[in-house]
Amino acid sequence: MSDHTWGVLSNQAITAAGVVYFLALLCALVEWSSWLSRAKATAATKELVGAGAPADEAVATDPADDVREYRAALFGRLSLMLTAIAVVCHLVALVARGMAADPNRVPWGNMYEFTISGSFVVAAAYVVLYRRLKLAWMAPWVLGFTVVVLMLAVVGLYEPVAPLTEALNSYWLVIHVIAAIIATGGFTLGGIASAAYLLKSRFPDATLLARVPELEALDRVSYRIHAFAFPVWTFGVLISGPIWAHDAWGSYWNWDPKEVWAFITWVVYAGYLHARATAGWKGKKAAIVALIGLATLWFNFIGINYFSSTSQHSYAAPAAPAVVELISQGASQ
Amino acid sequence: MSTQATDKGRSDQESQHVRRPGELNARELARWGWRQLTSMRTALILLLLLALAAVPGSLIPQDGVDSLKADQWREAHTTLTPIYEKLGLFNVYSAPWFAAIYLLLMVSLVGCIIPRCLVYARAMRAQPPATPARLTRLPDSATYVTDEEPAEVLAAARKQLRGYRIRKDDDGDSVSAEKGYLREAGNLVFHMSLIIVLVAFATGSLFGYKGGVIVLVGEEYGFANEMSQYDDFKPGSLFAPEDLDDFSFKIDDFKAEWLGTGPGAGTARGFESNIRYTAGTDDEKKYDLKVNHPLTVGGTDVFLLAHGYAPVITVRDGEGNVAYSGPTVFLPQSQNLLSFGVVKAPYASPEEIGFQGLFYPFMGTVDGEPVNLMGDIGDGSNAMLSLQGFRGDLNLDAGPQSVYALDTSKAHMMSPDESGKAFNLRLGETAELPDGLGSVSFDDVQQWNRVQISKSPGKEWALLGVSLALVGLLGSLFIRSRRVWVRARRVDGRTLVEVAALDRSGGGDTASVVTDLVENLRGARTQEEKDV
Ligand code: HEM
Repeated sequence: MSDHTWGVLSNQAITAAGVVYFLALLCALVEWSSWLSRAKATAATKELVGAGAPADEAVATDPADDVREYRAALFGRLSLMLTAIAVVCHLVALVARGMAADPNRVPWGNMYEFTISGSFVVAAAYVVLYRRLKLAWMAPWVLGFTVVVLMLAVVGLYEPVAPLTEALNSYWLVIHVIAAIIATGGFTLGGIASAAYLLKSRFPDATLLARVPELEALDRVSYRIHAFAFPVWTFGVLISGPIWAHDAWGSYWNWDPKEVWAFITWVVYAGYLHARATAGWKGKKAAIVALIGLATLWFNFIGINYFSSTSQHSYAAPAAPAVVELISQGASQ
Repeated sequence: MSTQATDKGRSDQESQHVRRPGELNARELARWGWRQLTSMRTALILLLLLALAAVPGSLIPQDGVDSLKADQWREAHTTLTPIYEKLGLFNVYSAPWFAAIYLLLMVSLVGCIIPRCLVYARAMRAQPPATPARLTRLPDSATYVTDEEPAEVLAAARKQLRGYRIRKDDDGDSVSAEKGYLREAGNLVFHMSLIIVLVAFATGSLFGYKGGVIVLVGEEYGFANEMSQYDDFKPGSLFAPEDLDDFSFKIDDFKAEWLGTGPGAGTARGFESNIRYTAGTDDEKKYDLKVNHPLTVGGTDVFLLAHGYAPVITVRDGEGNVAYSGPTVFLPQSQNLLSFGVVKAPYASPEEIGFQGLFYPFMGTVDGEPVNLMGDIGDGSNAMLSLQGFRGDLNLDAGPQSVYALDTSKAHMMSPDESGKAFNLRLGETAELPDGLGSVSFDDVQQWNRVQISKSPGKEWALLGVSLALVGLLGSLFIRSRRVWVRARRVDGRTLVEVAALDRSGGGDTASVVTDLVENLRGARTQEEKDV
């Protein structure tokens, strides 16, 4: 296959993935609404039967509920299946993107590629952890996020395949970016759980949130995902990043804005882990700290690339090479 | 209340020495302060504060990161600049207030870690705690009734609790087990490693340096590691010039692979410099310097950062003397190496002469305008030098000037003819200057490399520190620490078994531990009702 065909395949696969994610999202919404109507029905029967009567029994015998449960289960499974298919398409798109470059390379040379890789990890992690962490409730959140991000990537960030700039051509980069992308996906997933926690604690009885697990379970899921992502981020930002920076730029820590924000993210998530172990900070405040961490993470990815001109992380702006900036520094002295 | 009453009853003299309620003496205050500082809450707040304090440095240009940008910013914001200077906002990461936060954090850390180490050392030798009286009060517990003897149940439980440390001197009707001791060890290792990292990092920034130099490619040029040879030099505050490692090198050849097609067309990759270096009194050695492939001499690292062209330019003055001659470093303005440079000939007579302009490695024309098509100079036949000429006072007496900037405030522009155009020279061409002021010629093109040379002592320690921290962190996050208790006693002729578990790590799923243990203990044999 020629590079061009690979490029076309990548674009088609990303479109296909987007469409299938969307279908999965629709199924997840049907499942969600079945839960919703069940929760409403429960509330209604409770009211009808009155406070004293055993409401549970009344609900259990409602035949409409069986239908709802069946429908919820069916669409839940359908949504998971479609998500898995979309994740495979998504992976094909990533691989093809790398194959389209000459020489072949990892698919993260620019924002478009980083975005589709990051959203891939979010969706894939969701599928992988679905059973273990009982993530079924997260479907609409994850899928909604993935669909929106993919759409933004394709519409706003698309760039033709280009070779990596020289400094990016290192296996430390591969390791560093894999870690950064995995941690980004993990933190995003954990952030969804924390956001759900905050919503649920604010509106404990909202029928719209009936599908969301209890606070304690949410807190635990959120912690477990963050506990996974934090060491990966530590490795990516504080070990492999500096090693690569040392090879590429001559010093392992440069206080470059991108590094600064990666450090800020790290410190905030360390704060989250502390908050969970501190009386008075457990629960709600910890969840807020986690969301602040997520905000710093995404600001680093999106914001710094647009607002800061001093960053050496050249994938953000391939047209303005880091070397020129470095030279102009020398010129001023 | 009662204290107040007694206070009132005392004489004025006395009450001066007697503390009022709530008042603390210095020692108590210190102890209170220390407890506050080393509390989890303070650690948490200091962490968030550190994150917040790091923000301005990413938004305001930093002297240490990009001094050119910082200077431009200063010029553009004249009112804010003095305030920012006072606050150290151009050097956030070495500002006293930033240091105050992380030093406080470290003090808090040490104060937190040492007592925990002691507690841990004791806990390592201690038995798991005795079984609590009421197991069913614990959040995750289960009970069931069986016909097995209590001793049998407890023996089975001991067998099931493989990998747990089991309390030896238990009261006979229960088993107390604990596991996951290494979790706390991981936590301690993690926090202590942070101190290693901080010390190593500080050593690097205090005793290290970073410098840059542009070195021309060729036998007759080269670099020796002395402070005077650097174009720019940023020493740490405790750096001493004797710390410079003794070495020198020459660049024999420089190669780049030019991309002819595709989106990256006109740019280069695969840079490689063949250098020869001598360290101290050693023999000369060869090395291929590439991006991501630095040379290490002693504790010093040499990095290839960039490359460019240096047109060889000769300026003759009105009297026919050579007023300037040699390879002139032009600085790339874009990836295709369209470059800007300056020539100054202050000793030309009768008038000082200066030039500034662009170098096109491979020029073409689009709509009659010259454009640079690519960085690959090829045989040089498409290279062009386009220089604006100036005569008069180059203002060199006013103070030090960058070699890459021409002060034209007191000079007059000069052109090859009336049209006001620049002097456009192909390789090998010479242009006459107006009014018999002399000539300028473009004789040859050489290449240069920009090399960064740096020394950061302690970097191995920093790496060791973070690696240890990561290992500790993994232990601290993934080793489950929990206590499990089983009690079995005779009640109404049968055996009542209580099982409970307590998670000490936050995030563990103790409910499933309890159910699993109960299932295993009961086996498939008994069918008793279990009430959770
Ligand atoms: C340099 C700043 C610090 C960083 C980056 C940091 C980071 C962390 C991280 C990532 C954890 C999670 C590991 C776990 O959950 O077991 C943790 C736990 C912990 N940290 Fe820190 N920490 C710092 C400073 C401190 C200080 C100053 C204290 C003492 C006041 C402290 C006390 C603790 C304790 C007691 C835990 C265990 C919490 C638990 O029981 O789960 N840390 N720290």
